[in-house]
Amino acid sequence: MTGTSEMANILAEAAGRLLEDHVTRDVLGAAEDGTWPSDLWQVLEDNGLTQPLAPEDRGGMGASFADAFVIAFAAGRRRAPVPLVETMAAGWLLGRAGIDVPPGPLALIDGGAVLTFKDGALSGVAEGVPWAAQAGHLVAEIDGTVALIPADAVTITSDRNMAGEPRDTVTFTEAKPSATGTLDLTATLPVARTLGALMRAAQMAGAMEGAVTLAVQHAGDREQFGRPIAKFQAIQQMLARAAARAAQARSAAETAFLALDRAGADLTDAEWDVAAAKVVAGEAAEIVYDAAHQTHGAIGFTYEHELHFTTRRLWAWRGEFGAETYWAGEIGRRVLGRGADNLWPDLTARQKG
Amino acid sequence: MEDIRFTPGLLPPEAEALRAEVRTFIADHLKGYPGVKRAKSWSGADPEFSKAMGARGWIGMTWPQEYGGGGRSFLERYVVLEEMLAAGAPVSAHWVADRQSGPLLLKFGTEEQRRKYIPAITRGESYFCIGMSEPNSGSDLASIRTRAEKTADGWRINGQKIWTSKAHTAHHMIALVRTQPQDPKDRHAGLSQFLIDMKETKGVTIRPIRNMAGEQMFNEVFFEDAEVPADALVGTEGGGWGQVTTELAFERSGPERYLSSYQLLFELVREIGADAGPAEAAGIGRLAAHLSTLRQMSISIATMLESGETPNLAAAIVKELGVAYEQDMPGKAHDIAGISPRMGGGDFDQVMAYMTMAARSFSLRGGTREIMRGIIARGLGLR
Repeated sequence: MTGTSEMANILAEAAGRLLEDHVTRDVLGAAEDGTWPSDLWQVLEDNGLTQPLAPEDRGGMGASFADAFVIAFAAGRRRAPVPLVETMAAGWLLGRAGIDVPPGPLALIDGGAVLTFKDGALSGVAEGVPWAAQAGHLVAEIDGTVALIPADAVTITSDRNMAGEPRDTVTFTEAKPSATGTLDLTATLPVARTLGALMRAAQMAGAMEGAVTLAVQHAGDREQFGRPIAKFQAIQQMLARAAARAAQARSAAETAFLALDRAGADLTDAEWDVAAAKVVAGEAAEIVYDAAHQTHGAIGFTYEHELHFTTRRLWAWRGEFGAETYWAGEIGRRVLGRGADNLWPDLTARQKG
Repeated sequence: MEDIRFTPGLLPPEAEALRAEVRTFIADHLKGYPGVKRAKSWSGADPEFSKAMGARGWIGMTWPQEYGGGGRSFLERYVVLEEMLAAGAPVSAHWVADRQSGPLLLKFGTEEQRRKYIPAITRGESYFCIGMSEPNSGSDLASIRTRAEKTADGWRINGQKIWTSKAHTAHHMIALVRTQPQDPKDRHAGLSQFLIDMKETKGVTIRPIRNMAGEQMFNEVFFEDAEVPADALVGTEGGGWGQVTTELAFERSGPERYLSSYQLLFELVREIGADAGPAEAAGIGRLAAHLSTLRQMSISIATMLESGETPNLAAAIVKELGVAYEQDMPGKAHDIAGISPRMGGGDFDQVMAYMTMAARSFSLRGGTREIMRGIIARGLGLR
């Protein structure tokens, strides 16, 4: 049995407060127009929230994944327009490969399959890399080798996802890493993808809580036919269903973070929990997206209203680091490969204390 | 939404140790048990199986030992329940008594009632049913009209219950009836609960109702001047509403809230096999992802219960999600396998056919989906 740790409470409080104070409507709008929110990043870094997962002797906090969950959740809940979770994940990868973590934002490359590592240099093109142009370094994992690459060793072409977050194309032409190391663990899937999906699942759960909270507030404020629309059963039923799915997404993400802590040197089982979290979050996103917007009516469809900062991210994150089909396929192949008789024993063995 | 939290819970070693024991028991008792019977699990009754479970101490596991209970944790009980359900064991004979009636009597019953009824329940010999719904009172339970009037030495009951699962096999019913006329200012007042002996009480008539899956599961129960003794009253006269609300909360978050159609997933995985295409694999993967997540949420609730919390909102959420999952399973299986099952076919066909029909009731029993969503909406502050 586990409860919420003291560390997690402190981190949740700190991340929640700092993000709520610093991620304003103006900051969100400006970030989408291309302004890097340097104050926001600085305050996060000064408070040690950007490297919870790297070991202390490599420049991190040495916290557990269970503790770090609250930061990733808050990043989604408050829509932090900075690569906070990517930096956290990259820092963990560097630590597990024995590489010192540099300060500043890091870009995590979901590109194990598209990059080659030969004669000490990387080649290939990685697309949709979060905040590559704002990061001082990029972090890639290729077949168990982790590489830290200075941003000036690659060519970056800016692009954006549908929420206006930087998702750049990065071209590696025999790019020389400043450090490389071998991961001290084994995995079935590319580790950067698993970590990215883990982080996105937590952010999505946070974003969904945000969207439902906005909708509940709006339903209480908005009056039609002489009463708040919250009093209509159609609204109540729709939001109750959405809230339940959002709670499921949070539970699944939290479980996956815990699975990483329990994984030890083999991530294979934890990949299952990450997969489940990403699938459940992706499916829930569609229901929450619909319910939140339907409740808000036309005002929620305006750029002026803040709802879209949450819901556009939600939809964009669904597809990043593997969409539901990718992760469901992974689970399905494992289940079918093991056969019906092992389905229940495998499930209970994976989740036991 | 900030107060809705499912802290991941893990089952303690003593609960896991029990799992192996339960699996051996199931392997011994259910060898060659056919798929369609497994699919009926908590609607399938087998008194001999119930007695064997009772002999192992697996009924009333969390109840005090002085009444024959096991004095074990909610998490140990959780493991026994989920293993039974995953195996499709016929646990329905004692199900209501173990899940609802026993806890209700322990919480609200007199010392005498506890000593009289609880030990037989734990032995797997005494079965209960719940008399709540009436022909004109379903979701609006407070509108019931069956009434009990005080007599010289007890109570006289008149009226009718309906949709009473297992009334035809149960030894006792715990019925919610009216002991005062309806008060329009306080609709929840004037209701009381009575323990009625279904085999011995004169004036009780049970008429079976066949369901669309062809089973005889639920019944109409008529009370015509049915006389019950004074000590048939459970809890306080007039306190029935509060008691019944507690009773319903016992049934909202257990493993039966996501495993009811597990046998269909099992058969589907067997049917599709290891050489599945990508769409089939992804379809199976989605179902397995939900199974895993719902189990975690349900364990989280069991953990909260174990530490003395009453997570009613969280339990309503698990019921909402679990019921949707169980009920959607036949549709997903249809999408993945694309068959019209034949009643004379193999296990997959039979389980698919049965579950497609039976699943219709999942969002009705124990509080409809809409009532559950109303509870969640209240928790969100919408009403």
